[in-house]
Amino acid sequence: MKKPLRLLAALLGLAVIATACAGDDDGGPAASGGDSTGPAETVTITLVTHDSFDLSEEVLAAFTAETGIEVELLPSGDAGSMVNQAILTKGNPQGDVLFGVDNTFLSRALDEDLFLAYESPALDGVDPSLVLDDQHRVTPIDTGDVCLNYDKAALDALDVDAPASLEDLIDPAYAGLVVVENPATSSPGLAFLLATIDAFGEEGWTDYWSRLTDNGVEVAAGWEEAYYGNFTRSGGDQPIVVSYASSPPAEVIFSETPLDEAPTGVVEDSCYRQIEFAGILSGTEHEAEAQQLIDFMLSDTFQADIPLTMFVYPVTDVALPPEFVEYGVQPADPYLLDADVVAQHRDEWIAEWTDLVLR
Amino acid sequence: MASVEVRAVSKRFDGAPVLRGVDLDVADGSTLSLLGPSGSGKSTLLRIIAGLETADDGRVLLDGADVSGVPVHRRDVGVVFQDQALFPHLDVAGNVGFGLRMAGVERGARRAAVGEALDLVGLPGFEGRDPATLSGGEAQRVALARALAPRPGVLLLDEPFAALDQLLRERLLLELRSLFDDLAVTVVAVTHDPTEAGTLGDRIAVLVEGGIAQVGATGEVLSRPTSVEVAGLVGQRNVVPASVDDGMLVCAWGRFSVPAGAPPVAVLVPPDAVSSSPDGADQHRLVGVVGGLVFRGGSAFAVVHGVDHAWPSLEVRAAADWQVGSRVELTIDATRVTPLTS
Amino acid sequence: MLAVPAAFLAVFFAVPAATLVLTGLRDGGRWDLGAVGDVLASPGTRRVAWFTLWQAAVSTLVTVVVALPSAWLLGRIRFAGRSLFSALLVVPFVLPTVVVGTAFLAVLGRDGPLADVGGLFGVEVDLRRTATAVIVAHVFFNYAVIARTVGAAWQAVDPSVEEAARTLGASRWAALRTVTLPLLRPAVAGASAIVFLFTFTSFGVVKILGGPRIATIEVEIHRLTTQLLDLQTAAVLSLLQLAAVLGALALYRRAGVRRGSGALRSGQSTLHRPAGRERIVVVATVVSAALLLGTPILTLVWRSFATADGPGLAFYRALSTVGRGSVAFVPPTEAIRNSLVFGSAAAAMALLVGGSAAVGLHRLGGRVRGFVDSSVMLPLGVSAVTVGFGFLIALDEPPLDLRTSPILIPAAQAVIAIPFVVRTLLPALDSVPGRLREAAASLGASPLRVWWEVDAHLLRRPALVAFGFAHAISLGEFGATVFIARADAPTVPVAIFRALGQPGALNVGQAMALSTVLLTLTTAVMLVVDRIGDRRVGGF
Repeated sequence: MKKPLRLLAALLGLAVIATACAGDDDGGPAASGGDSTGPAETVTITLVTHDSFDLSEEVLAAFTAETGIEVELLPSGDAGSMVNQAILTKGNPQGDVLFGVDNTFLSRALDEDLFLAYESPALDGVDPSLVLDDQHRVTPIDTGDVCLNYDKAALDALDVDAPASLEDLIDPAYAGLVVVENPATSSPGLAFLLATIDAFGEEGWTDYWSRLTDNGVEVAAGWEEAYYGNFTRSGGDQPIVVSYASSPPAEVIFSETPLDEAPTGVVEDSCYRQIEFAGILSGTEHEAEAQQLIDFMLSDTFQADIPLTMFVYPVTDVALPPEFVEYGVQPADPYLLDADVVAQHRDEWIAEWTDLVLR
Repeated sequence: MASVEVRAVSKRFDGAPVLRGVDLDVADGSTLSLLGPSGSGKSTLLRIIAGLETADDGRVLLDGADVSGVPVHRRDVGVVFQDQALFPHLDVAGNVGFGLRMAGVERGARRAAVGEALDLVGLPGFEGRDPATLSGGEAQRVALARALAPRPGVLLLDEPFAALDQLLRERLLLELRSLFDDLAVTVVAVTHDPTEAGTLGDRIAVLVEGGIAQVGATGEVLSRPTSVEVAGLVGQRNVVPASVDDGMLVCAWGRFSVPAGAPPVAVLVPPDAVSSSPDGADQHRLVGVVGGLVFRGGSAFAVVHGVDHAWPSLEVRAAADWQVGSRVELTIDATRVTPLTS
Repeated sequence: MLAVPAAFLAVFFAVPAATLVLTGLRDGGRWDLGAVGDVLASPGTRRVAWFTLWQAAVSTLVTVVVALPSAWLLGRIRFAGRSLFSALLVVPFVLPTVVVGTAFLAVLGRDGPLADVGGLFGVEVDLRRTATAVIVAHVFFNYAVIARTVGAAWQAVDPSVEEAARTLGASRWAALRTVTLPLLRPAVAGASAIVFLFTFTSFGVVKILGGPRIATIEVEIHRLTTQLLDLQTAAVLSLLQLAAVLGALALYRRAGVRRGSGALRSGQSTLHRPAGRERIVVVATVVSAALLLGTPILTLVWRSFATADGPGLAFYRALSTVGRGSVAFVPPTEAIRNSLVFGSAAAAMALLVGGSAAVGLHRLGGRVRGFVDSSVMLPLGVSAVTVGFGFLIALDEPPLDLRTSPILIPAAQAVIAIPFVVRTLLPALDSVPGRLREAAASLGASPLRVWWEVDAHLLRRPALVAFGFAHAISLGEFGATVFIARADAPTVPVAIFRALGQPGALNVGQAMALSTVLLTLTTAVMLVVDRIGDRRVGGF
């Protein structure tokens, strides 16, 4: 009869030990700096990222081998959540470097003075049009394009051609075939809204959206909901979805059986450019090491690793993986609004869009 | 009012027989005690009569009508449960009036009937009490009032006094008995206590291992049990093994002539068949030592055994001057000696 | 005894949440109460508040009605597979919303089984992105809360009370209505309060199934905080939500303290084999529970095996290969290990904290007790994002700089599990006969010794039940985990979320395979708990 009690005690003990181990062997953020068992000169810095961040292990190991700096990763929700957390903890940041603030959230981050300026020498190899802050408080690391994607097989079955532009979507042929994300809750949703504003102007976009609404556009809360709920590839009803230019290569790479052709296509004239930046969080005690990490993020090793881990494009001219060359699209002239204009009007545009489309 | 007839009722639980073809008759307005040890099936039989359990075989007739297919709430029975089973979420009036509410009796009439039922059980004015605040005896009376309020034709009592202390139990027993006589309700009461069975029932049915071992008038069953089992159940202590030799019943207390009937295996000597006066036939005279004295009510009983334990102890009415260790002479009235079957 | 839970809840819940709300209300360094009125008066707020209240009330009501037959089944009927049935009921409760959401979309959509049924009658059925879909999913997720909690209470109701009613002329239905249900009222009220809190603060279900036109207060708070950093409006909405939650808890307290626990019976089993027409009800209950709970679950299990070449294990094999070598990749075994480690730690914390709370509450009496009792439930009614963001600004100074501490994940999960632990242990504690303690004391046991010899002994089974349930909650918990997850120690739900972050059939398949792993793990934990735990005591 004593057994359950003893079992309980054992479980409790196990739990305590297990937590302790989890803290130790993985060297959590709490164990950063002096707690680490490595040589005394090892410095650990923390990289705050969004949830979609990924990187090859050997790339990170290469950085540590090269510089002796250990990097801790701290995912903090999606890009918006991450930036807002950084604003709340301004002056006493959770980490040393922040990666993943994009051009739609950039102005807010800059207005709040979150970052220390640093002009990396590696910026030489980067397209100057991507450097949006001339004080270099943030450094561009990758670009991605939010574009309309379409399910080739589903459109064939409907005997409908793929749309070629934003205007095509208001054609009755596409009635009920398009799903977009809510710009109030989704970053690609916001990018797509900005694309239409760039395309039709601050005066014309509302008209476009009311016709889109009349044509039965579906709205999902976020990318997961749209791509895995509404999109025909996942059993939904809409063969056209707002996703990324890199989605077709991902479909090929993560397909069950080898494919000769991507099952989805990208509408090149619908893309909005997203640029992701990294910055050194002001309040860091490791500014020098943080600068080294920024430099590293622009190195060929890091840049070449980006496409297959995060499914975005490098900002330097490193070679792209074959799947990206073959199935990916890099629109020559994507839509892109000025970051300040976006910052100024974003909330009001979202409110207007909500009234127009969701009411 | 209604009669109860049980015809060849059998019941098995998980394959084990609990009742084996039981037959029983309770006349309209009479009371029957169902006496038996635990596991004898007496509660199951009661539940089958109530309709809380269905028989595997056999029929139950209430007032001459077969009720085997009638669900419990349409049978004209009231049940008092062993643990009272008062509704904890209702007050006393709510409990007592429950059956009337189910019968659709309107509020005013219900209130009057509840008052009447509470008067009947001696708890006037208890309407607003919470069952949790009642004493054991009060709770039992409320349970009784609840069962009686809808005026059922048959009242079924399941070990109604098991939870009460001796004194309270005896008082309540007598009250109940006269209440049942006044109401002329048909009663079946399940109990394992012979005193309770005797006080409550006009008749007693003894249930052993799912079968009726003996049934008859209360005095008859209590004083003249026919088997060792029943003798034990009705509280007879003076039982010893016996054998038949040359037409005589032979046991440790002597030799007695045997009345005709089934071959006996034991003999019962009722305490009041033994006297301490030194007369009667020699073979029934015993000399013994008082081993102990027991007081029941006002009377004293002595447990007497043979000198040097020559014969097993007999319980007899004690004379006034007996003390533990007294040497006494006993005479057994041979006509009162009862042979028992197994 | 109450100091431990008070300190724990203060550090890991109350202080962070209050700090963020106060920061929001004091926007720009001064109190701006005019803004409170503005937010409350806006039609948008009213619409969201009304919808939140409406859907939570309807969801709770429907869940109670739909799950009561299963409660009866668990409380009264002995049948083969009873413990498996009881364990499987919990699976939906712990599955990640994202995963079940996609399964629900398939079931409720134009090509789903519901549409097929509708088609037979010439009705077009498409419930996706409707309030109905939200309510159906809420019933799915919360079924176990009602079925198991009320089932346990039902098992403790003395059947002779029902029999007494029957002998007094009540039909089965009348006996249920007039006797059993009133006796179950405290249990139903308690379980309903939990369901109401869960559905009132629903987030994932509303986002996925309700579509963009429907929002709860919780969804709005999340959006305002993480996307807009409009802490002021978020603070007002948090207070509004808190007021509603407090109201619900007050109602629950009133319903819970009515007299009616007197019919509890201990020891003897109250289960019986079904007979006659009961068998039909049993079959109907099991079938309807299987349809409601099983369809979405089987859909996702099926998807985890449904590869392009027919049924196979490709997605399971992919679990340990796809993404290998990247920092976000963890082999499934490690995610499972992380889940179990965090789960055990969270359950242990919840048991320690919730256990002391239950012991403290047991000794309290009257009003104070009701108040403290329901304040333990409060964490269920406050947005995870409020607490999470609150952490960042409230606990950022040594000695309490816990922002990146590994203890944060199990602590956050424990905060959610504590109400369940208290709900399980408190009734068990209350049911320990006082006489036993007196007997122990009279035999020379010191108060501490009495507690150890009597209470601890009698409580070990309910404690195990509580431990197991807290563990299961933690296994499936996602909101708090994703918020404070560490890159190197993702749990299974976090791994599922990551798998769904990229396009590609293999990613979906992996998410389904991981979900199947998670639900198997949960079922196993619940089965073990049910086996060693006392099935009679406590709800969850």
